Amino acid sequence: MTPVPFVMQLLNALAAMLLLLSFAMLAQRRVVTLVDLFALQGAVLCAATLLLAWRTGETNLYISAALTLALKVIVLPRLLHRLIRRLGVYWDTDPLLNIPGTMLVGLMIVVFAFGLAQPISALASTATRSAVGIAVAVILLAFLTMITRRKAMSQVVGFLSMENGLFFGAMSATYGMPMVVELGVALDVLVAMLVLGVFFFQIREQFDSLDLEELEARKEER
Amino acid sequence: MRSLHWFTQVLEVAAALAAAPLFHGWVNQCRAWLQNRSAPPLLQTYRGIRKLFYKDAVIAERASPLFRIAPYVVFATMLTAAAIIPSMGTRLPFSSSADAIALVGLFATARVFLALAAMDIGTAFGTLGARREMMVGFLAEPALLMVVFVASLISMTTSLPAISERLATQALTLSPSLAFTAVAFTMVLLAENGRIPIDNPATHLELTMIHEAMMLEYSARHLALMELAAALKLFNYACIGFALFIPWGTAMGGGGPGALLAAVPILGAKLAVAGAALAVIETVSAKLRVFRAPEFLATAFLFAVLGLLVH
Amino acid sequence: MSLRIAGRTLFPLGAVCGLAVAVAAAMSMTMPPESMQLVIGLPDLPMHVRLDALSRVFLFLLGASSAGISIFAAGYFRSGQGTPPGLLCLEYHLFLASMGFVLLADDAYSFMVAWETMALTSYFLVTAQHRIAEIRQAGFLYLTMAHVGALAILLCFGVLQGGSWHFTFDAMRAAHLAPSWAAAAFLLALAGFGAKGGIVPLHVWLPEAHPAAPSPVSALMSGVMIKMAIYGMLRVSFDLLRGLDWRWGLVPVCLGLFSALYGIVFAAAQTDMKRLLAYSSIENIGILFTGLGLAMVFRGTGMPEYAALALLAVLYHSVNHAFMKSLLFLGTGSVLHSTGERNLGRLGGLIHRMPWVAWLTLVGALAIAGLPPLNGFVSEWLLLQAFLYAHAVPHSFVNMLLPLGAGVVALVAALSGYVMVKFFGVVFLGSPREPSLASAQDAGVMERIGLAWLALGCVLLGLLPAQIIPALARVAAELHVGVLPDSAAPWWMLTPLNNGQASYAPVVFAAAVLACVLLAILAVRLLYHRRVRRAPPWDCGFGGLNWRMQDTAEGFGQPIRHLFTPFFAMRRELPSAFDSAPTYRVVIGDRIWHAVYEPLGPLVESVAGVCARVQQGRISLYLLYALITLCTLLALVL
Repeated sequence: MTPVPFVMQLLNALAAMLLLLSFAMLAQRRVVTLVDLFALQGAVLCAATLLLAWRTGETNLYISAALTLALKVIVLPRLLHRLIRRLGVYWDTDPLLNIPGTMLVGLMIVVFAFGLAQPISALASTATRSAVGIAVAVILLAFLTMITRRKAMSQVVGFLSMENGLFFGAMSATYGMPMVVELGVALDVLVAMLVLGVFFFQIREQFDSLDLEELEARKEER
Repeated sequence: MRSLHWFTQVLEVAAALAAAPLFHGWVNQCRAWLQNRSAPPLLQTYRGIRKLFYKDAVIAERASPLFRIAPYVVFATMLTAAAIIPSMGTRLPFSSSADAIALVGLFATARVFLALAAMDIGTAFGTLGARREMMVGFLAEPALLMVVFVASLISMTTSLPAISERLATQALTLSPSLAFTAVAFTMVLLAENGRIPIDNPATHLELTMIHEAMMLEYSARHLALMELAAALKLFNYACIGFALFIPWGTAMGGGGPGALLAAVPILGAKLAVAGAALAVIETVSAKLRVFRAPEFLATAFLFAVLGLLVH
Repeated sequence: MSLRIAGRTLFPLGAVCGLAVAVAAAMSMTMPPESMQLVIGLPDLPMHVRLDALSRVFLFLLGASSAGISIFAAGYFRSGQGTPPGLLCLEYHLFLASMGFVLLADDAYSFMVAWETMALTSYFLVTAQHRIAEIRQAGFLYLTMAHVGALAILLCFGVLQGGSWHFTFDAMRAAHLAPSWAAAAFLLALAGFGAKGGIVPLHVWLPEAHPAAPSPVSALMSGVMIKMAIYGMLRVSFDLLRGLDWRWGLVPVCLGLFSALYGIVFAAAQTDMKRLLAYSSIENIGILFTGLGLAMVFRGTGMPEYAALALLAVLYHSVNHAFMKSLLFLGTGSVLHSTGERNLGRLGGLIHRMPWVAWLTLVGALAIAGLPPLNGFVSEWLLLQAFLYAHAVPHSFVNMLLPLGAGVVALVAALSGYVMVKFFGVVFLGSPREPSLASAQDAGVMERIGLAWLALGCVLLGLLPAQIIPALARVAAELHVGVLPDSAAPWWMLTPLNNGQASYAPVVFAAAVLACVLLAILAVRLLYHRRVRRAPPWDCGFGGLNWRMQDTAEGFGQPIRHLFTPFFAMRRELPSAFDSAPTYRVVIGDRIWHAVYEPLGPLVESVAGVCARVQQGRISLYLLYALITLCTLLALVL
């Protein structure tokens, strides 16, 4: 066994933290905690980016890290918290599948993601063994979070967490996307958040609830 | 050298016996401070146990011998467990006779005897407590086993002192799977020791209690042994946590008497920090409904399994 | 009357024979395999027998555990309804003998003859109380499953001979099968032996037949007979079948893990003590199949040492389960005898009335719950040790998924602790749930000896694994699975791989726990006092504490039912709020039964309806059939 450099080990550990937080989000019922976990995930992502930037010496990555910190750790969580307070949705109702069941499905997803990523991480010279797999897993788990929740609020958090996974995957496999793309994505996320915020108020005004079942009931009669 | 190892062994067991109530008292004290109550003295647990030993034992009329032997068995298993866990030194002569899997089995033995004793009288509380204890146990035990299993996979041995030694001497491996197992282990620790999200050690409210419900028929010396065993269990779990996740500072293979001497205050410091952390966790979290408990524990189990996967 | 006396002398004689077989098997363990041709049998088809290490291990299992069961049976069978004791005694010993012959058989004919004799005698034993309709039904289900299984085994042998048309096992060993045929043979064996062992989804007969049979017969069936399925499976997959791809080993692993979980979850929900034990047998068979599959995977991927370790776990657990499950079934037999109750809801508090049975059963319950230092823990330990190397399998998905099996094994082991606390606690602890239990009598001398023998086996197997494992390791060496390194450890220490990675010394371990117990007792007595006052249990000041306040078996299983709801087909009858005599009922069904077996009934009936058209009930028509058959045959032959 060749000794893995310490920085890489640290990166691995941070990747594991990301996955851990994804699972924590999956197991969480409280929307407030969900947002906090999302902020924490952003922080871990920021740390991982900084670490990689320091190791490779790419200035682009420093900017990405700063962007992550500003957007995902500070701005978005604050926005979300404010939304939660204004809308009064502190709890998600019972998820569609019970929590252990969801976690079990999540486990299978992780196995799938790791298996999928094995050839990719063999190709990618930069990434550590599990980083790509973890990135894929985070994306898929975020999907699962979105699927199993009933409240629009938690789905948005899931959506944002998916973006975290994408970002981490890109970063660990190719040392980050081109700066333009990254800036564009960041802007997109921010705008999407604002639009969704407005959208929430509209939904609530229409249906007196943020429960998506209300929306689902509005479909064409067959 | 051999005599030093034996000395370490005896010292560990004696220290566990002596320090376990102290650790228990420390956690209680921290909890009281955090919750703005005036704290009981540090030695309160000793006093309680001593008082109980002097009392007359009152035993239910239809108690079988199983009921009377159970406290001794539970206490003995916890003491034996203390002999396996490397809290100060890793060269323990006894530990080769029981590895980490046997340690989990030992805890299971204690639990089964506790539950059987609780069912022996046939009161509503006893059976309720036994059922809940087993419900917590059947998920916590495999979770603990998985934690141990992951550590064994990393160090390729199931002997707890050897695991501890390898984890401490490897060039600072930040194994990602250890992060998962650490979370899982903390959750198991809380559940298995009747701590707040699962059980409240301070309550006697019948709807929520688990451990106390099983203890209800015990009195005097039997109760004292059970309480001592509970304190030992908490101490043992804390030491397992140190051995797996912060193994630095214990006297390793090459270390002489000096290392052992240094290990004592280090253990004390670890315990002090862990106790404070435990109190913080207990203070900031709310007790779960009993039927949320399996969810909590299933999460712990799956985290441990995830650790296995990430490995 | 004379028959009864005969039973009283014949059963102990059978026990002595069993003991002799066990001793002979154990003594000859180090000898090379011996084979022989018997003069009996059909002309040109002599019967071949062979005695090798694998047979010897299972003969030891058969002899040693049946010795205890037979002694118990001597005190158990009394004349009553159903089959008279004399006939029962004959069937019982035929059953034993046929199992012995299954282990010795060295060609497909004698194997099948012995296998079928085993199935038939056990069927008659199950239906000993044949005047009860439910028992007849259970027996019929068992017979059907046994024959479907036997058919699969027959076909498996047909494939295994590989075109040589010689049905001796030697010919099968020499045959070279194409990978696809090897897979077919393996799957047929899995179906056939799985049906006998009770692997899910072929398990349905087990929870019906075991409660129906008299307790010593349940003990034999659960403890010994289903091990014959493991023997057959080991014989086929490690001895007779060559050239199988290792990936097929994953099938028994998956089936085994699922069966184990399925069995134990259902066991937790049962309210009939023998059904509970039957489901626990499904769990154990699942564990055995898991180990077997693991050994196949390790062998096929070039890790012989670990394969040997997994095989060792299978063999050890087989022997263990024979002892502990027999012990538990016999314990329930004693309870059934003295109380006439099998329903957990009407038992309780028997530790006071039946201390012998209670304490000996406790040994079995703790052993099967996998608690150290008893024997169940040793095999669990070995299996987990084997799982520890599963990540080394050179296949990307398998090496990730296979270690997760250890998680399932751990969960199952913990759940079996739950089930055993429920079983023992509800039957023997607490206060009696029926007034009639106050007159329960402890078991007789013979029954006690039988129980004590099995309990002793559990303790010794738990304490001395280091002495037993070298003998079992010979099986692995002889079957070319792998050779375990010689142990350099002292006699009390179990170090299977001898690489300093894992060690377990149950003797030292047990001594330490015992010493702690004694020291604690002594210290408490010396330092303090030993005064005891008896008082009524604490009733919270309400008064009127009674047995109805205890948890029932249903109540005890409720968390499991809640958590594993998708496993069960539950039917609840809940009282309404205005009921004057409210009743609560929950019926727990098996989803597999409803989904697979129930639709089979109408299907078979409709097929039979079609077939019935040729049956017109007229003699001339039948004669016509005979004529047509004769003509066809003549045309074919000539």
